Amino acid sequence: MDSNAVISIRDAVKSFPDRDGEPVRVLDGVSFEIHRGETLVIMGGSGCGKSTLLNCLIGEYRIDGGSIAYHTSDMDRPRDLAAVDEVELDRIRQRFGILFQSGALFNSLTVSENVALPLREHTSVDPAVIDIIVTLKLQQVKMLPHRDKMPSQLSGGQKKRAGLARATALDPEILFYDEPSAGLDPVTSAAIDELMMDFSKKLHVTSVVVTHEMDSAFRIADRMVMLEKGRVLRIGKREEFEQLRDADPGTLLGDAEQLLHQFLNGASTGPLTDRDGLSMFEKLIIQG
Amino acid sequence: MTDTPHEGRSALHRAVSSVGRFADAQWRFARDCIIAFGGLVDLLRETLRWCVEGIIRPRGRLGRATLLQQMVRVGVRSIGIVVLVQIFIGIIIALQMAPTLQQYGQLERVADVVGIAVVRELGPLITAIVLSGFAGASIAAEIGSMVEGEEIKALRAHAMNPVRFLVVPRFVATVIMLTGLSVIADLVGVIGGMITAVFVLDLGAEVYVEFTRQALKLSDFYGGLAKAAVFGVTISMIACYEGFNVKGGAEGVGRATTATVVKSIVSLIAVDVVFTIVFYVFKI
Repeated sequence: MDSNAVISIRDAVKSFPDRDGEPVRVLDGVSFEIHRGETLVIMGGSGCGKSTLLNCLIGEYRIDGGSIAYHTSDMDRPRDLAAVDEVELDRIRQRFGILFQSGALFNSLTVSENVALPLREHTSVDPAVIDIIVTLKLQQVKMLPHRDKMPSQLSGGQKKRAGLARATALDPEILFYDEPSAGLDPVTSAAIDELMMDFSKKLHVTSVVVTHEMDSAFRIADRMVMLEKGRVLRIGKREEFEQLRDADPGTLLGDAEQLLHQFLNGASTGPLTDRDGLSMFEKLIIQG
Repeated sequence: MTDTPHEGRSALHRAVSSVGRFADAQWRFARDCIIAFGGLVDLLRETLRWCVEGIIRPRGRLGRATLLQQMVRVGVRSIGIVVLVQIFIGIIIALQMAPTLQQYGQLERVADVVGIAVVRELGPLITAIVLSGFAGASIAAEIGSMVEGEEIKALRAHAMNPVRFLVVPRFVATVIMLTGLSVIADLVGVIGGMITAVFVLDLGAEVYVEFTRQALKLSDFYGGLAKAAVFGVTISMIACYEGFNVKGGAEGVGRATTATVVKSIVSLIAVDVVFTIVFYVFKI
């Protein structure tokens, strides 16, 4: 494991049974490292395995093979998620925060109670101090005026801001974002991107963002990973992906580059849509 | 294996295929039942583990506040409907038994019948059935909505165990409140019978109370309460299990609530049969 890596994924394999009980590989030997302090964007088309990978990274699913090793600053040696018990897994979970697609606020609690919950649960801090921390966290995401509202009274963007405040309550070292721009208008989406970049710069957190919103991805990423059929198709710096996106299709070599070019530009024709599995009828519709 | 077109099959082939499909459906149903039972046992085991942990190392106000909230939701809000149903049950039993008892000149024994039927059997059972529709369905819908809204995933991701946070308060609240409601149900059922005895059957209230007192033993009362506690375990476990296994959005939540009520009622009757056999064998 690279000393600068905070998470190292090696040959991660994850399968789910299909309707007949036969295992289908969703992750098929994924390997890459996430470096301390960087913003890494994981992207790919629907069904490429990016959500499964995120679920494996946060310990929601256990991988069937390979390893996902965490090496946060409080650890003397890397800890493999596949090998730790529930107690150790919970300890690792306290070192990261997650912003879920829907915000995933607890509907029975107010905004401030949502943010306070991890603090009440995992620290022995005095309630008055918790209140101060909650105020600060809500201020960071510009949600202080809404602290006493219930989640049902918030807009989609406000829910994500509140979710972000809760995700950062324990000052995590790593922040995971699951489709942070999904369902938001462009202005709100840009505001969330700003917040994410703010957290990266000011708090020096490592950010792992799963998205297929390319505008947002190019705004926030230091590095990018493209997944395809459960495998890493390409990993590299944002600039490399920008070059690929802007390249003349005639100069691209091989299927992988063609496929990436199509995905990054959001084109309806290309290797992604010409793959087996599309019916003649579907091809005709896509090609107009 | 690919299906042969229907028209090309012989009558024998079609008959054997039908039997095969029927057997396959039964096997799948049995397999699903075994998986669900295993899941329920597992959930109960984990719930009891967290209950013990909670007693040894209580963790502040959050748990207590949720427990109180659930007790109000499960129990306090159900009092009205339980009282109403049990009064009706008392009246029904008294009126159904009166003609037969009158034939034998034993009309006063209507107090015995109502007392034993309500305290040993119908108080806890009918209360549990009411609660399975009233509280069980709402617990399943609430947890199911939380699954769909990623709240359960968020709990786990914040290193908070969903069984401890969601199941334990609902489990404890249902067991305590169902037991408490059964006491009310017993009392109200007997009162329902007494109202009928006094106003319809022309029996004195003192006579009715005296016959009830003579007919009932303390073990009848405790036996009924033990049943109620186990009924509480059954309803809360089924409701939480169905809630956690919601799939398919709002439609899935709807399916879970229906399944909770149906499975709870069937399970309550099955548990009651076991209790009745045990009580009969050990003459309790």
